Amino acid sequence: MTGKRKSINPQKSPMPVQDPALRVKNFSEVALGYSEATVVTEANRCLQCKNVPCRQGCPVDIDISAFIKLAAAGDFAGAAKKIKEKNALPGVCGRVCPQENQCEKYCTLGKKHEPVAIGRIERFCADWEMANGIRPQEVAPPTGKRVAVVGSGPAGLTCAADLAKLGHRVTIFEALHLAGGVLMYGIPEFRLPKAIVQAEIQNLKKLGVEIQVNAVVGRIATVDELMEEGGFDAVFIGTGAGLPHFMKIPGENACGVYSANEFLTRTNLMKAYLFPNCDTPIRVGRKVAVLGGGNVAMDAARTALRLGAEESWIVYRRSKVELPARQEEVSHAAEEGVRFKFLTSPTRFLYNDDYWLTAMECLQYELGEPDDSGRRRPVPIKGSEFMMEVDTVVVAIGQGPNPLVPRTTKGLECSKRGNIVANPETGATSKPGVFAGGDIVTGAATVILAMGAGRTAANSIHDYLTGKQ
Amino acid sequence: MYRILKKTVLAPSINLFKIEAPQVAKKAEPGQFVILRMHEKGERIPLTIADFDREKGTVTCVFQEVGKTTEELGTFDEGDFIQDFVGPLGVPSHIGSFGRTVCVGGGVGVAPVHPIARALKEAGNEVIGIIGARTRELLFWEDKLRSACTELRVVTDDGSYVRKGFVTDLLKEVILEKGDIALCLAIGPLPMMRAVCELTRKHSIKTIVSLNTIMVDGTGMCGCCRVTVGGETRFACVDGPEFDGHQVDFAEMSRRSVIYKPQELLARETYNQRNTCRCACNGGSGK
Ligand SMILES: Cc1cc2nc3c(=O)[nH]c(=O)nc-3n(C[C@H](O)[C@H](O)[C@H](O)COP(=O)(O)OP(=O)(O)OC[C@H]3O[C@@H](n4cnc5c(N)ncnc54)[C@H](O)[C@@H]3O)c2cc1C
Ligand SMILES: Cc1cc2nc3c(=O)[nH]c(=O)nc-3n(C[C@H](O)[C@H](O)[C@H](O)COP(=O)(O)OP(=O)(O)OC[C@H]3O[C@@H](n4cnc5c(N)ncnc54)[C@H](O)[C@@H]3O)c2cc1C
Ligand code: SF4
Ligand code: SF4
Ligand code: FES
Repeated sequence: MTGKRKSINPQKSPMPVQDPALRVKNFSEVALGYSEATVVTEANRCLQCKNVPCRQGCPVDIDISAFIKLAAAGDFAGAAKKIKEKNALPGVCGRVCPQENQCEKYCTLGKKHEPVAIGRIERFCADWEMANGIRPQEVAPPTGKRVAVVGSGPAGLTCAADLAKLGHRVTIFEALHLAGGVLMYGIPEFRLPKAIVQAEIQNLKKLGVEIQVNAVVGRIATVDELMEEGGFDAVFIGTGAGLPHFMKIPGENACGVYSANEFLTRTNLMKAYLFPNCDTPIRVGRKVAVLGGGNVAMDAARTALRLGAEESWIVYRRSKVELPARQEEVSHAAEEGVRFKFLTSPTRFLYNDDYWLTAMECLQYELGEPDDSGRRRPVPIKGSEFMMEVDTVVVAIGQGPNPLVPRTTKGLECSKRGNIVANPETGATSKPGVFAGGDIVTGAATVILAMGAGRTAANSIHDYLTGKQ
Repeated sequence: MYRILKKTVLAPSINLFKIEAPQVAKKAEPGQFVILRMHEKGERIPLTIADFDREKGTVTCVFQEVGKTTEELGTFDEGDFIQDFVGPLGVPSHIGSFGRTVCVGGGVGVAPVHPIARALKEAGNEVIGIIGARTRELLFWEDKLRSACTELRVVTDDGSYVRKGFVTDLLKEVILEKGDIALCLAIGPLPMMRAVCELTRKHSIKTIVSLNTIMVDGTGMCGCCRVTVGGETRFACVDGPEFDGHQVDFAEMSRRSVIYKPQELLARETYNQRNTCRCACNGGSGK
């Protein structure tokens, strides 16, 4: 490698953030974004490796060294264009991709130093373009084929964008009143401003994608009806993992026990933090416990503080090292005052005469042998019961697939857990002309994996429609 | 956006809207509901489908003004638009061939009972309708129900119309008079549905109720509509809204339905202040 020319800063350029003491009082974005000067400095850390190892870590195959080179030269418009060849939602990915496990994990620099801050550079380029006017992308001449995309999360949006660019007529059907899926209802404003998501969706509309909100497939029409009567030549299902799991322990329906989906949807999609200026209420008590240790749990715990909780606890049955949330989110949460109770899990919820939650009984755990996930299995310690006084609990232990579409679609093969079975190479399901991808296939995963699946399916749908299959 | 084609004030604080929503009308079935959002800042609220016209592409909802959202909705007029209107949601009523059935509607619950009674009668069942209201002026759709049912009985709490009493009084009489009743359907305020179920349980009459829990998405995503039925947690929006009334934990449901009481009061107060303040501040709403 020829890149060892100059001395390289071993560290990523730091991301400026809002002061923790201030940010727990607002819903504005925590990470403020690089300045032009910083982004050029950071982009110049890139060694421009010939074999581009970072690229293999990106599920949508962005030409990383190329866009970073353009950014290093200050050509942000060019960099944004390069990114958008592969990624329809760069402003989103630059913010919420778990880069440390993806592109940045394979970065050559990362072997000795901190990797290049690929995600942050990507975010800057997307934001720069948004602020400076977005250039329309090229669209192939119309093919006369129509595709229905069910669900407007990252999987559906990516699939729709790719197909539209190939000249197909795409209609997205979304159950909620706004497109974006988890990006709108789940991930909080302070991590992913909703204006960014909507701006990226506007881009999609410029490609000719039609979006029908308030349209629940399975109710207004089944997948079969879309194909037989709706005039669609193919269907992509990207309905996500929107079914909340509960602990199935006594007292779970007491007032004050929320699913993470409800807690976050009220806050993000319905803007309950602006109540009563927006009509949807939310109730957060003084002491909140969030059950779980993933990104969803971190988001809920940080949201609780912003909604005025005095104490917000993450209660997780494994230990700190097993936390599935991104490291950056865990430290942001800790800086803001979120507290952690590890190796702990509740056994029942207690409530008063009015059915309001007052406490939860917990068990202490220790780590045993590794389980199928390779992580050490938490084992309850006998007789370790203790009480934790709480008046709000948010259950964030995972989500399953919503059964509505699988149940109403004839001949669609599903797994025992209810996920749609799709070929990972093509997105094809057991039903001809029907493709699927994202969380509905894999179970709750990540934005970028859902996008990758959307892209894969778009390519096979294109082949299917143009008879290349 | 969904246009209000027709508005009728059925009774003080009870309004009927006929709304242009062809996609919903095309698939609507008795027993299903919609979720609507008035405007950008609005809450998503569920309303039962009281009628639909597939050809004209319209859906009819009847709602009672009980809080901020329904009060503001009451100020909407013909020609106005509702921002969001999604449906049909929930499992349709099971319209089988049962024999003798009783359909009980209390208060605004008379509206959702109507399409179900009509469908039951069309399916060849005998349908005894019982409707009731607090007082005469709150009673509506008597004619519509009369033609939807084989026979209709009417009652008011205060006796200002037909006779004094509760719907359960009439139900008791019907049970004594007719004996074998295959199915009872009850829609209305929670205490009414609960009382109906207590009565029919004694006589082992299968009873279906339609639960109006608090909801957000209506698609099974948030779990806020959960109810305990037969000891199991069910989601009213996707597993219901109709359930076997004898299995429903009404005590839990009624306590869950007041979760947001303080917020509801605040919302209503803020809304009313905004509407009475006549200076240019727009009631301090910042709009
Ligand atoms: C709180 C939270 C935080 C997260 N944080 C991160 C993070 O930091 N980084 C990361 O990479 N990932 C994160 N994830 C995971 C990531 O958001 C998901 O993996 C991703 O959104 C999945 O995309 P999807 O397109 O498959 O589905 P979704 O985003 O779930 O979208 C599915 C869409 O389909 C719609 N839909 C469902 N059923 C129907 C129907 N019958 N008809 C019409 N529409 C329907 C839904 O309303 C929804 O809009 C987070 C998830 C949550 C919940
Ligand atoms: C499936 C279903 C069908 C319904 N059908 C009808 C109908 O046909 N006609 C009708 O008048 N009402 C119906 N309701 C009830 C209606 O949704 C509520 O009256 C409305 O949401 C109240 O909103 P608000 O802001 O005006 O009052 P709020 O101030 O919010 O509340 C006033 C009262 O309404 C209850 N309530 C509040 N929010 C909800 C909610 N989201 N869902 C249910 N109850 C709530 C509260 O417990 C309180 O007692 C139905 C509810 C459900 C779940
Ligand atoms: S999309 Fe995600 S994985 Fe791909 S380059 Fe960007 S940050 Fe990395
Ligand atoms: S691996 Fe790292 S240093 Fe090499 S091209 Fe990719 S980002 Fe640049
Ligand atoms: S209303 Fe959200 S799951 Fe039923």
